[in-house]
Amino acid sequence: MCEDCGCGDTKLVSLDVHESLLAGNDRTAAHTRAHLREDGVVAINIMGSPGAGKTALLEATAGALAGTRRIAAITGDLATERDAERVRAAGVPSKAITTGSACHLDAEMVHHALHDGIAEGVDYLFIENVGNLVCPAVYDLGQEANVVVISVTEGEDKPLKYPVMFRKADLVVLSKTDLLPALPDFDRAALEEALAHVMPNPRMLAVSARTGAGIEKWINWLEQMRETERPQTAHAHAR
Amino acid sequence: MHEYSLARALIERVETAARAHRATAVHRLTVRIGPLAGVERELFATAFHNCRPGTLCADAALVIRNEDAEWRCDVCGEAIPAGSALYCPACAMPARLAGGDALILERVEMEVLGDV
Repeated sequence: MCEDCGCGDTKLVSLDVHESLLAGNDRTAAHTRAHLREDGVVAINIMGSPGAGKTALLEATAGALAGTRRIAAITGDLATERDAERVRAAGVPSKAITTGSACHLDAEMVHHALHDGIAEGVDYLFIENVGNLVCPAVYDLGQEANVVVISVTEGEDKPLKYPVMFRKADLVVLSKTDLLPALPDFDRAALEEALAHVMPNPRMLAVSARTGAGIEKWINWLEQMRETERPQTAHAHAR
Repeated sequence: MHEYSLARALIERVETAARAHRATAVHRLTVRIGPLAGVERELFATAFHNCRPGTLCADAALVIRNEDAEWRCDVCGEAIPAGSALYCPACAMPARLAGGDALILERVEMEVLGDV
């Protein structure tokens, strides 16, 4: 018996939960995905190290799609709106998410950023994640595909060092290929071999945002994403 | 450092469950974290310990269970050995992850007033 107030002893109750720690995030992501699909928007989550060339890829994409596709971007950074400003200067409506100290975007931040209508009437929404090869891989944002940008200077063993990120990738974009003449030791086969060990269906495209080499293949891949049959998910409101 | 975000999400989830059962305290939590979940277990435990003061989990023990990474062929079901390329040589098909990315709250043990 409880000696303080006579309320009775506590007993131990065991509750089986079996729920993902990301359940809340995933509900919001599913909600965002349903909205975007309904509006015919293909959302692409672009991840990669700081300096991999994510923003440059967006700038090149804006140029290549100008006049044919409408696009918008959400850019995540710990501080500053520089990436959003760069993408805006390339003619793309952009919204910056300044995460403060958070090392990744989560579904709630993206959902919030979408609320002022930046993705209305667009064909593609590019979500440029915080430069980081670890944390962003964990969070579903409501995208249709994950793209990981890796530059030619980063080392061929990057995929083996960051298997979680590359496992989640639908496409790897090898960037800055214009630097290859200065990198005689770069071994593309070694990079592809590393990818095959962490990415079940490895796909990689080589591009140079600077010269435009390979950008056509990237655009073709984006167009294929529009044609991919996507299951219509129930439009459930997460909150 | 997303482990801190996850630890806070865990505590919120557990507190919701505990309040629904009118628990006075959480005694023990069991989570399962696979090697491909993208979560560093030790860092997650540290984050949990740093986030729990002032919550119903303030004195809760955290048990972290492991789960082995497992890749299989979707066609023939054969296991793809660790350290090899992620495709089935027999079927020439990409492997599918059959375990190892778990990030799951399995069980909450809490102290509930006996008469309730």
